[in-house]
Amino acid sequence: MSEKTLEVSVWRGDATGGAFARYRVPTQANQSVLDVVTHIQREIEPDLAYRFSCRVGMCGSCAMEVNGRARWTCRTHVSRVAADGVLELRPLANLPVIRDLATDMAPFFDKWARARGSFQPKDSLTGEVPHDFAVVPPNSQKRQAADAGIECIGCGVCYASCDIVAWNPDYLGPAALNRAWTLANDVRDGANKARLAAVAGDAGCHACHSTQSCTERCPKQIDPSGSIAGLKRSLFWGALGR
Amino acid sequence: MSGPQLWMLQRGSAMLLALGVAVHLVTIMVAVRGGLSAAEILARTRGNAAWLAFYAAFALAAGLHGAIGLRAIAAEWLGWRGRGFDLAWMAVAVLTAALGIRAAYGLYSA
Repeated sequence: MSEKTLEVSVWRGDATGGAFARYRVPTQANQSVLDVVTHIQREIEPDLAYRFSCRVGMCGSCAMEVNGRARWTCRTHVSRVAADGVLELRPLANLPVIRDLATDMAPFFDKWARARGSFQPKDSLTGEVPHDFAVVPPNSQKRQAADAGIECIGCGVCYASCDIVAWNPDYLGPAALNRAWTLANDVRDGANKARLAAVAGDAGCHACHSTQSCTERCPKQIDPSGSIAGLKRSLFWGALGR
Repeated sequence: MSGPQLWMLQRGSAMLLALGVAVHLVTIMVAVRGGLSAAEILARTRGNAAWLAFYAAFALAAGLHGAIGLRAIAAEWLGWRGRGFDLAWMAVAVLTAALGIRAAYGLYSA
């Protein structure tokens, strides 16, 4: 057989432990890492667990550790990361494994809730529909700061890449803090005081050392590290009584 | 003490130390040119209130900065978290600062 193949190691196991299994997958032109995983499940190992949905970089569900680095597998070409034809796939770091390549994202999203990551309308605290549209000039400084972080789709790549999350399991993480900073800059939101209190301290923005792995690895080119710095700034001026 | 306050203290002491360490090192280099004796040192430090104020601030900043930094490292690497450890780190900060200030005062009042 003259067909070129990839050497793929896939971590297989569950919360109690596991090991790498090796597979040979035919190389194809324009092949994504997700294509490789799908091939293994369809052709070799039907009980391989992994997660994906849109396949085009919109849903954020297919993130895994590809050769030691968290990435969206759907938007990662094999040719870009495995020049020597060797791939090593693991479930996302810093999250509990359900099985094989599928992680439990619950702790990740629980932290969004703890960081008060939901919009709370200033004008309708009881939830009624406001009488009028809020006018937010797109060029205003606050709106631009919110826009900078708004495109997060919650894939967990930053969270899996963050050393502080690995060292301190209580740390809210880059995505939740980026979300909090986005809302802190939303002039329609009325819960900012409670939000800033929720993101302060050892489990919040003050634990960040600004090593910026999150910013480096975000597939959406968002800068969570910058957002966290923004939260620190806000809390600094808040503590000075402003 | 809350997170934001510790953070502010850490940044504030860092700014002070950035200046203080530079002044400290330059002073050493200038002072030791052409040899150095205890009498020479004491001649400069004895009764020098500005010198004492500088080193008291320096020692205080160093004590606080070191302890806050070690607190973070210990929490991340050793899992030392909680009120008991916080109190211990505060003791380290106060002790370090006190030893430094005591040494400075010793040279001031000698």
